[in-house]
Amino acid sequence: MLRIVLRRLLWAVPLVLGVSLVVFLLASLVPGDPARTILGESATPDAVAALRTELGLDRPWYEQYLSWLGGLAHGDLGTSVFTGEPVTTALNSRLAVTLALVLTTVVVCSVVGVAVGVVGALRGGITARVLDVVSLAGIALPSFWVALVLVSVFAVKLRWFPATGYVSPDQSLGGWASSLVLPVVSLGLLGVAVIAKQTRDAALTVLESDHVAVLRANGLPETRLVLGHVLRNASIPVVSAIGVVFVGSLDATVFVENVFVLPGLGSRATQATVDHDVSVILGIGVYFTLVVVLVNLLVDVAYGLLDPKVRTA
Amino acid sequence: MSATVAATAATAPATAARGSLLRGVLATWRGRTAGAVLLVVVLACLVGAFVTPYDPLAQDLAAARQTPSGAHWLGTDLLGRDVLSRLLQGGASSLVAVLVAVLVRTVVALPLGLAAGHLGGRVDQVITRVVDLVMAVPTIVILLSVLTLFGNDLLIGMAVFGLLGSAGLVRIVRGAALAASQELHVTAGRLMGLSRRQVAVRHVLSRVRGVVIVQTTLFATIALGVQTGLSFLGLGAPPPEPTWGGMVGEAASVVQSYPWLMVPTGGVIAITVLALGVLGDVVRDTTADRSSASGGRSVRRRGRVPAADPGDPDVLLAVRGLEVAFATAAGEVTVVRDVDLDVRAGETVGLVGESGSGKSVVAKAVLGLLPRNGAVVAGSAWWRGTDLTGLRGRGWRGVRGSQIALVAQDPLRALDPTSRIGAQLGELVRVHDRVGRRAARVRVVELLEQVQVIDPAEVARRYPHEISGGMAQRVAIAMALAGRPRLLVADEPTTALDVTVQAEVLDLLRALQAETGMAILLVTHDWGVVADACERVVVLYAGEVVERADAADVFAGPGHPYTRALLDCSPDQPAPDGTLRTVPGTVPPPDAWPTGCHFAARCPRAQDDCTQEGIPMVELAGSRVARCIHPLVPAGQPVGLTLERSR
Ligand code: SF4
Repeated sequence: MLRIVLRRLLWAVPLVLGVSLVVFLLASLVPGDPARTILGESATPDAVAALRTELGLDRPWYEQYLSWLGGLAHGDLGTSVFTGEPVTTALNSRLAVTLALVLTTVVVCSVVGVAVGVVGALRGGITARVLDVVSLAGIALPSFWVALVLVSVFAVKLRWFPATGYVSPDQSLGGWASSLVLPVVSLGLLGVAVIAKQTRDAALTVLESDHVAVLRANGLPETRLVLGHVLRNASIPVVSAIGVVFVGSLDATVFVENVFVLPGLGSRATQATVDHDVSVILGIGVYFTLVVVLVNLLVDVAYGLLDPKVRTA
Repeated sequence: MSATVAATAATAPATAARGSLLRGVLATWRGRTAGAVLLVVVLACLVGAFVTPYDPLAQDLAAARQTPSGAHWLGTDLLGRDVLSRLLQGGASSLVAVLVAVLVRTVVALPLGLAAGHLGGRVDQVITRVVDLVMAVPTIVILLSVLTLFGNDLLIGMAVFGLLGSAGLVRIVRGAALAASQELHVTAGRLMGLSRRQVAVRHVLSRVRGVVIVQTTLFATIALGVQTGLSFLGLGAPPPEPTWGGMVGEAASVVQSYPWLMVPTGGVIAITVLALGVLGDVVRDTTADRSSASGGRSVRRRGRVPAADPGDPDVLLAVRGLEVAFATAAGEVTVVRDVDLDVRAGETVGLVGESGSGKSVVAKAVLGLLPRNGAVVAGSAWWRGTDLTGLRGRGWRGVRGSQIALVAQDPLRALDPTSRIGAQLGELVRVHDRVGRRAARVRVVELLEQVQVIDPAEVARRYPHEISGGMAQRVAIAMALAGRPRLLVADEPTTALDVTVQAEVLDLLRALQAETGMAILLVTHDWGVVADACERVVVLYAGEVVERADAADVFAGPGHPYTRALLDCSPDQPAPDGTLRTVPGTVPPPDAWPTGCHFAARCPRAQDDCTQEGIPMVELAGSRVARCIHPLVPAGQPVGLTLERSR
C-alpha cells in the first residue's frame, strides 16, 4: 500500500517537469515578446530591451527554465509579468474557490450518480431509457452551454440563484452555498452521467457474476446481496470513474468559472491566456498537475481499501 | 454455460452485421435521424459558408435585434448582422477545428496502439508509460498555454487537443489489438495464403473499427464543446469574426432584453453535439456484443399453466416439460426444451452432456438463476408441491439455501473477492440460523470442519485469492451447506480443479451425502465422476434429454447412440492408439436445431425416418428411457416416469 502511495507521489516529478518543459520550449520557439506586449506597441526599443533584461527574457530558454525550476524547488513560481504579483500569492487565494467548487461537484455527482446507476441496474426498462437519455445529454452538452442556459432560466428568469459572483463562506454560509448551486450543476451534469453509466455497467456485471449467483442461490436476501456485495464489488470501477470526473471537472472550471465570474484558478487561467502571461499559466499548470496527481493517489488508495488483492499485493 | 449458449445463439447476427456497419446504423431510426441532422449541419456550414445570404460581418443597426422574418430567417443580432449567415460561417470554422482534432488524434493513436498491442515487449512498455503520463496531464491548461503562445490560434490549439486526446485512444486500440493477436495464435494455423502480418493488421483493424468509431464520435462531441467553449471565452478568432461560442455568449449577455438570440445560437450547438452523441450510441449498439446489447430484451412464459405435479412423495424435485429460451438480437432462441427429470431424497443424479447441451441452463432454471435475457417459457420444476419456476423475489425465501443449494463450477469465481471467507459464510449462517455474529462464528468453524478444512479459524480470516482452488471449492461447499439443504445442485464441481483435488472433492461430497442424507444433482461432462458418484443419469444433447437410466444400466450398455458415443470418448476409454476420442461433428447451436432427431447428423444409426418429425422418449429394457427410434437396446415394458427408479 505504502509502495503505491510513494510511486504515485513520484509521478508528480516527471509530470511537472514534462508539462513545464513543453511550455518553456514552446515559449522559446514562438515569435512574440511579453515585454513588447506589456509595454505596448508605442514603447521604445530601448525600454523593451531593458524590460527583457529585467525579466530575464534575454537569456537562452534553458537558462530561464533552470532558474524557474530552481524557484519551484523553493516553492517560488516567479512573478506575473503583467500584475507584478508573485504567482503563488495570486493563485493560493484562488485555489480555495476552485477546490470548493470541484469538490462539491464531485461529491454531489458521486452520490447522485451512484444512486441513479444502481436503480438503473436493478430496474431496467423505462428507468434505464431515461438514464440513457439523461446521460447522453450530460456527456454531449458542453458545460459552458449548460451554464448559460441555467443562468438564463434560474438566475435571470426565476431569480432563484445569483447569476454571477462568489460569496466567501466566512461572509455568509447560505450565500456561499447559493452562489455555488448553478456552477455545481453546470459542472456536474457530465459527472452524474459518467458515474451513473459506470455504476450501472459495473453493477450489471457484478449482478451476473458467479459469486452473486452463489450467494443468491444459497439464500442471501436480495437487499443484503445488493448492499453488501454488489455495491462493494461495483465500487471498484466506479472509483476510477469518480477520479476521471474530478479531473474533468477541474478542466471545466476554466469555462464555468468564467460564466459565473468566480474568482478561481480557471478564470485566472483564461485571463492569463488573454494576457499572454506565461508565468501564471505555468503556475496554474503546476497547481492543476499536483491536484491531478493527488486525485490519482486517492483513487489508488481507494482501490487498495476496496480490493483486498491490491492491498495485500 | 448459459452465457455460452446465449452467446453462440447470438454470434451469427453479429458477424453478419460487421460487414455493413453503415447499414446497421441506418437501420435504426435514431441512427437515421442523427445522421441526417449531422449531414444537414455539415453540408450547410461547408457549402453555406460560401453562399451566405448576407455578409456575416455586415452591420445594419437599423435592423438590429430582429426576430425571424422572410429577410432574416433566424433574425439578426445586436448589431443587425444576419444570424443565419454568421452561424454558417462560424460553424464552418468549428467543424474544421473539430476535424483537425479528430484527425490528429486518430493518426497518432492508431499506429501507436496497434504497435503496442501487436508487438508487445519493450515497445508496449514505453508506449504504455508515456500514455499513462499524458493521461495525467491537465489538458485544458496545456491548451491554454498553447493558445497563450500561439496568439489564440484555435486550429493549433485543437491539434494539440487531439494530440493529448490520443492517449486514451492508444490505450483502447492497444487493448483490442492485444486481444485480437491472442486470438490469432489460436486461429493462425487455419489461415493460409496471407502473410501473418497481413492477417494480423486486417484482423485487428476489423476488431477495433467499432470501438474506434464510437470513441471518435465521443471525442468529436467533446472537441466541439471545447472549441465552442474556448471561442466563448474569447480565445478564438477575434470579435467581428463569427464563432458559435462567441455568438452564444453574446446572446446570453442580452437574454433578458432579447431572448430570441439564445435560441438559434444555443440550439445549433445543442443539436450538433446531441446528434454526434446519439450517433456514437447507435454505433456502439450496432457493434457491441449482441448478448450484452440484448440487455433490455426479455422473454415471457407462454401461458400460465404449469406442468402437472407428479406428486410422488419420494421425489424431491420433479422437472416436467421444462423449456428455457433466451432473448437475442435475432429474436427468441430456445436453448432447452421438453426436459423431464426427477431427483429423489438422498440420491445422486448425474446431468451429463457436452458444453452447449444446456445442462447448466437446466440447473440454473431450477434455482431461478437464469440471466436477465433468459426465462422458463414452459413447463415446471416441482419442489414438494411448489412450482419453482413461478417463484419471484421473496418467494425464494425458505427454498434457496435451506431446501436447494448451489455449488458452482469455478470455486475462485464463486466467492466474493472483496470479502473474507468467514464473513461470507457467516452472513449465510446468520440468515439461515437467525443467530448473532458470535454464534455465527462458531457455526462457520463447524461448517469449515465439516468440509474437512484443516485450520478453519485461520481460513475464515483469509480472502478468496489467498487460498487454493481445492480449498476454495471446500469453502463453496460449506456455503451451500450453511442452510442444511435437502438438495445440492453441483454445477461441474470438479471441472476447474486439478486431477488430484477432483477426487478429494468428490469423496467429500459423498461423505457429506452419507452424513446429511441430502440429494445431489450433479451437472458434469465427465463419466468418471458419474461412475464414482451417481445412481442415476440424465443425458442431455442439444437442449433435449436423450436418455434417462440407472447409472449401472448406462455403463452396461446405453440405449441412445449419443450416450454410446459420449461414453466411448471419455478419458477412461482411450482409442487403441492411446489418443482421446471425440464424437465426430459438432453440436448444432440452439438457433439451428434440425427437424426430428437433434443428433441425426452425427449418428451412425441414423435412418430416413429420424429426420421426419420430433422423436419421442421411448421406454427401453431395464431402467432406460431414450429419445431414439432405432435404439441400441430393445424396447422394454412401457412404464411411467415415476416407476423408473433404481431397483
Ligand atoms: S433417432 Fe435416429 S438419428 Fe436419432 S439417435 Fe436414434 S438412430 Fe440416431
